[in-house]
Amino acid sequence: MSTAASARLVDAEEFGRELDRIRDEVIASLGEDDARYIRNLIATQRKLEIGGRVLLSASWLPPAWAAGTAALAIAKILENMEIGHNVLHGQWDWMRDPKIHSTTWEWDTASPAEQWKHSHNVIHHTWTNVLGKDRDIGYSAMRVSPEQRWYPVHLFQPFYNVLLALFFEYGIAIYDLELERIPSGEKDLREALTQLRTVAGKIRRQVIKDYVAFPLMAGPLFLPVLLGNLSANLTRNVWAHAIIFCGHFPDGAEMFTEDRVDGETRGEWYVRQLLGSCNIDGGRLLHLMSGNLSHQIEHHLFPDLPSNRYGEIAPRVRALCERFGLPYSSGSLARQTGSVWKRVLRLALPGPARHAAEKAAPPVSGLQSIG
Amino acid sequence: MSPSHQGYHQPVNALGAVHGPAVMRRLAGAARWLTTPLFPDDYLSLVNPLWSEAELCGRIEAVRPETADAVTVVIRPGVGWKPHRAGQWVGIGVDIAGVRHWRTYSLSSPPGRPDGRVTITVKTVPNGLVSRHLARRTTPGTVVALTGPAGEFVLPEPPPARLLFLTAGSGITPVRAMLYDLLTGPRAHQGTAGRKNIRHSPAHGTEHPGSPDVVLVHSAPTPEQMIFGAELRHLAARFPNLSLHQRHTRIEGRLRPADLTAICPDWAERPAWVCGPRGLLQEAAEHWPADRLHIEHFRAAAQMRVGEGGRVRFTRSGRQIDADENTSLLAAGEDAGVLMPSGCRMGICHGCVVPLVSGRVRDLRSGQAHGEPGDLIQTCVSAAAGPVEIEL
Repeated sequence: MSTAASARLVDAEEFGRELDRIRDEVIASLGEDDARYIRNLIATQRKLEIGGRVLLSASWLPPAWAAGTAALAIAKILENMEIGHNVLHGQWDWMRDPKIHSTTWEWDTASPAEQWKHSHNVIHHTWTNVLGKDRDIGYSAMRVSPEQRWYPVHLFQPFYNVLLALFFEYGIAIYDLELERIPSGEKDLREALTQLRTVAGKIRRQVIKDYVAFPLMAGPLFLPVLLGNLSANLTRNVWAHAIIFCGHFPDGAEMFTEDRVDGETRGEWYVRQLLGSCNIDGGRLLHLMSGNLSHQIEHHLFPDLPSNRYGEIAPRVRALCERFGLPYSSGSLARQTGSVWKRVLRLALPGPARHAAEKAAPPVSGLQSIG
Repeated sequence: MSPSHQGYHQPVNALGAVHGPAVMRRLAGAARWLTTPLFPDDYLSLVNPLWSEAELCGRIEAVRPETADAVTVVIRPGVGWKPHRAGQWVGIGVDIAGVRHWRTYSLSSPPGRPDGRVTITVKTVPNGLVSRHLARRTTPGTVVALTGPAGEFVLPEPPPARLLFLTAGSGITPVRAMLYDLLTGPRAHQGTAGRKNIRHSPAHGTEHPGSPDVVLVHSAPTPEQMIFGAELRHLAARFPNLSLHQRHTRIEGRLRPADLTAICPDWAERPAWVCGPRGLLQEAAEHWPADRLHIEHFRAAAQMRVGEGGRVRFTRSGRQIDADENTSLLAAGEDAGVLMPSGCRMGICHGCVVPLVSGRVRDLRSGQAHGEPGDLIQTCVSAAAGPVEIEL
């Protein structure tokens, strides 16, 4: 893990003001083109989904099965990532369209929007990479930072990370229930049960749709349609898992201790968001298919700016980081994924012990990395 | 779906009228299993936004100039549109630079047009974002969001045998709908015989179900600026039971209530429907007994204040915004990106009420501060009187 990065002297407040300026500029320039972007994307995604399902219903032809499954997988990825995730962040609330609004949106995944918005928007985006606060660090199940205590169960984490990738949507739905906080009483058992019922209700509808209703409608093609839907869901799960793990767990992403976030200023919050996030380099297709989480840094600095704008501000953010001597962590999808898996494998075993040299002095901003 | 849309229109599917609502509901329920977590509606509206029953829409089919600064917008309302009564208004949500802006306009067309369309007539307001956009930059084919129709500025059923319309400026728009309804609507056709009787012996008019005896006194600055001027003159020539008095205020001066005696000697015996600028409405309210007077406001009669306002916090969405003393909580919430329920936007329909969590609000009409936690407040006519929390 990168170390002395945040130990440099940083005028966090000036850095924050520059970022605020970028943010204000983007907000002032939002307009018809942005509205057209999201509306066209939603329409395209829905047509793609219909197209995929129609092709699957003609899947006695093997190419139709493959094309239908691919179309459905792409539609589900777009729906979850570039559309759902970003709408639920309130990125499109400025349009005041009740159909594309964070308070009315529901997405095609096991996790009910309301619960996810709490665990993701509130907990993760506020406490990004703060140990003991950000539950997204290893999703309460994995050891992705040497700072986390090692337990023997972590020996199996490479194995259950594969399972998590395959069944990611269910993992997230269960994760949102915060079950690990029940024994300590931090979370009310009754509240968790109520939430569990909501999750079960949603999963039931999702499962019936993809594995009962559409296959039944296909009559003799029940099995190919079921397998097509299953493949599309698995593809989406594996892809979402890969992209999301690349956001905060590759080398370069830093972790923070709770006491260091006490009394954090806006500027320091910006610095922490930057240091805790990693980008993925790639072309427009990668950005679109990752829901622009390939611009994880920009997303964490400005979670409620429309995602179609992250690409245009990324060079400015990068230049700003250079000016302030802050690291801007970015790498190819292969490199970042490799880095994540290396860490998952290495940290399955105890250690490594932290080197004294890495316990760098805190920067003036009050932030301390503990890599 | 915005809460403001609920209750305005029954969810009737595109095909509901043909196959019966019960069958359609069952079909829609079954289709929901295929579209979950979305609704069949979300896919239907890909083909045609007008088929959406969750969000009432309309397509603008024509924009016709009426005067130099007024246009009539012809709208084909989508599925779920409930036929209006003459005199009612519609809420129209227009996307400008990607942001939806809501305004209310009186419907200027009578109900039951054979082509299923409705019209609003919009006078451009200087610096008026929506009115100027509708008049100058809206092209046929544009889809707008709709709410309504609603409003109490309507004629009773059956209408009185003699009545008076007193209008000024764009106040003619709901009255135009009423005139056509009275003179050419289904009622008029049923009562052709009655109309003749009314003309000859107005005193016995109450016995006749046909077209009543109508006096319209309409003011506009100049003949050129009179909205529907030529059309009204044509109507008056065609229907003897309509007597039209045009007043060009820049030439003849403003009409005073005292002038009415000369124009319409029996004005005191006629129920009156009055629509126009605030001054006209105030004078009418002083002049008529309340039981005979029906008035329509264009906007909340706000009293401008100096000082106060405050931070408005929306507890459920966690958003907040600073609002001044003359900004309605509705406008403040919309600016903050909160989905605010809304309706008439002038304090009449109660489509915008939400619970107050803490703080006090000031009624923009009366200037009175009020509010206890839990009170349902009308956001469209309430401004913050200090810091306010609203449950939204």
